[in-house]
Amino acid sequence: MAMLSVEDLNVYYGSIHALKGISFDVNEGEIVTLIGANGAGKSTTLNTIAGLLRPRTGDIAYEGESLVHVPAHKVVEKAIALCPEGRRIFLNMTVRENLEMGAFSRGGDAADETMEKVFQRFPRLKERINQSGGTLSGGEQQMLAMGRALMSQPRLLMLDEPSMGLAPILVDEIFDIIKSLHETGTTILLVEQNARMALKVADRAYVLETGNVTMSGSADALAEDDRVRQAYLGG
Amino acid sequence: MGFLENLINGVSLGSVYAIIALGYTMVYGIARMLNFAHGDVIMVGGYVSFVIASSMGLNPLFGILVAVIVCTALGITIEKVAYKPLRQSASLTVLITAIGVSYLLQNTALLIWGANPKVYTSVVAGWPQLQLFDGQLIISAETVVTICACAVIMIAMVTFIHRTKIGKAMRAVSEDPGAARLMGINVDSTISITFAIGSGLAAIAGVLLCSSYPTLMPTTGAMPGIKAFTAAVFGGIGSIPGAVLGGILLGIIEIFAKAYIGTQFSDAIVFAVLIIVLLIKPSGLLGKYVPEKV
Ligand SMILES: Nc1ncnc2c1ncn2[C@@H]1O[C@H](COP(=O)(O)OP(=O)(O)OP(=O)(O)O)[C@@H](O)[C@H]1O
Ligand SMILES: [Mg+2]
Repeated sequence: MAMLSVEDLNVYYGSIHALKGISFDVNEGEIVTLIGANGAGKSTTLNTIAGLLRPRTGDIAYEGESLVHVPAHKVVEKAIALCPEGRRIFLNMTVRENLEMGAFSRGGDAADETMEKVFQRFPRLKERINQSGGTLSGGEQQMLAMGRALMSQPRLLMLDEPSMGLAPILVDEIFDIIKSLHETGTTILLVEQNARMALKVADRAYVLETGNVTMSGSADALAEDDRVRQAYLGG
Repeated sequence: MGFLENLINGVSLGSVYAIIALGYTMVYGIARMLNFAHGDVIMVGGYVSFVIASSMGLNPLFGILVAVIVCTALGITIEKVAYKPLRQSASLTVLITAIGVSYLLQNTALLIWGANPKVYTSVVAGWPQLQLFDGQLIISAETVVTICACAVIMIAMVTFIHRTKIGKAMRAVSEDPGAARLMGINVDSTISITFAIGSGLAAIAGVLLCSSYPTLMPTTGAMPGIKAFTAAVFGGIGSIPGAVLGGILLGIIEIFAKAYIGTQFSDAIVFAVLIIVLLIKPSGLLGKYVPEKV
């Protein structure tokens, strides 16, 4: 059985039909990527799984349990974390406080230990521990957003465009971190505009077009597919 | 001496505004709404403590305690019943509802306690005055207690939002409720706690206000409420030190305007100062703006 199983999900913004019955699976230990153009519905999908949006119909099953009626603040307790598009770190709070918020649903002592682990992965955050989030560079903010998501010790980590707006060297760094998180056993659902990099790290991929899944398969196979290369890998 | 006396009276009146403004600013910061019924919670606090201390003759300190409990419960109830169902509505809808709640509270008070003003007995009645400069400057116990209470409350609030888990969650919700939910923070209960704190503070403000200005009527809270709202905007709405600074400055301006320009003009001057400050610095004195990096 898949760890996460999305079934015929329909999501609306008012009268806008953003997800038109998409289905996909994520198995434990995989990196699965959703690729697609702007407005395809990638963020909508992740936000719905995280509980920020409610689907009109369809189901989201996580380890056999439906998430459809679980409020967002309870989803994180099930060891699912979303690192949202645009980072959305707390700009007026310090790096330490941002990380503490990431562990909000867990006990205090456990959080200290996890924070040390996050600092091992992102040493630059430790140097800036008392700086407010708003004073960090774009790359540091992305690391803080990922570190904050890791503070809840997720088994399923959803990343929405983690490489957006970053210099190429930082993009490489972010993808290295994704790989190492995967190696330490975290299951990852990755949304990326940078389809080339995403297909390189992922096991499997789904292509989203205007609210529908139009293609799916192993990441390697999709990277070779002519239509995918035309549309998302620049020919 | 006259100048110093006015200054102290201004700080004292401003301290009451500051305590009320804290409630406005915290609720605005977290729920992004102007709770125009906040001023009337002050009035309820005044009446409850009046009933306990003057009508029933119990200890005034017990009166304060009961007032705080009643107002806290009232604040939570108002939020649950009137505002929570409107969480997704336009802000104008919420604003009109808040005005409705304000009138509801005033008219309920009118029904229970009548239109005739009550003469409020100060909670520190009989406490000694402070005499300085060979008795040239007399500071009432009410003034001292009010200023001290404001200082203690501000320090407590700043400590609370920076040091405690719930306080930090409140700051997170005020910045980005969606991101806060992703952290596992229950936004609804955080808003509820904010209303509870703001309303509890309003009860204290009511007791202090009525102790210094002992006429208690159903409309007693309305004008201080509007002035405290002004103070919160003046200091930078959403900012706790801003609310205190705005409140105290407003109190000083009001008392000086009364003393040197005239009683009729004092309110006009208070609001004129607000307009000027907002023209120069739209975010208020301590309102901050952190640009988002891409
Ligand atoms: N808050 C909203 N209100 C109304 N429509 C929305 C809202 N958010 C997204 N949409 C619409 O839903 C569709 C899917 O948007 P979504 O943000 O999920 O796309 P995306 O694949 O993440 O795009 P991008 O790559 O630009 O982030 C788009 O047509 C978008 O215009
Ligand atoms: Mg998106």
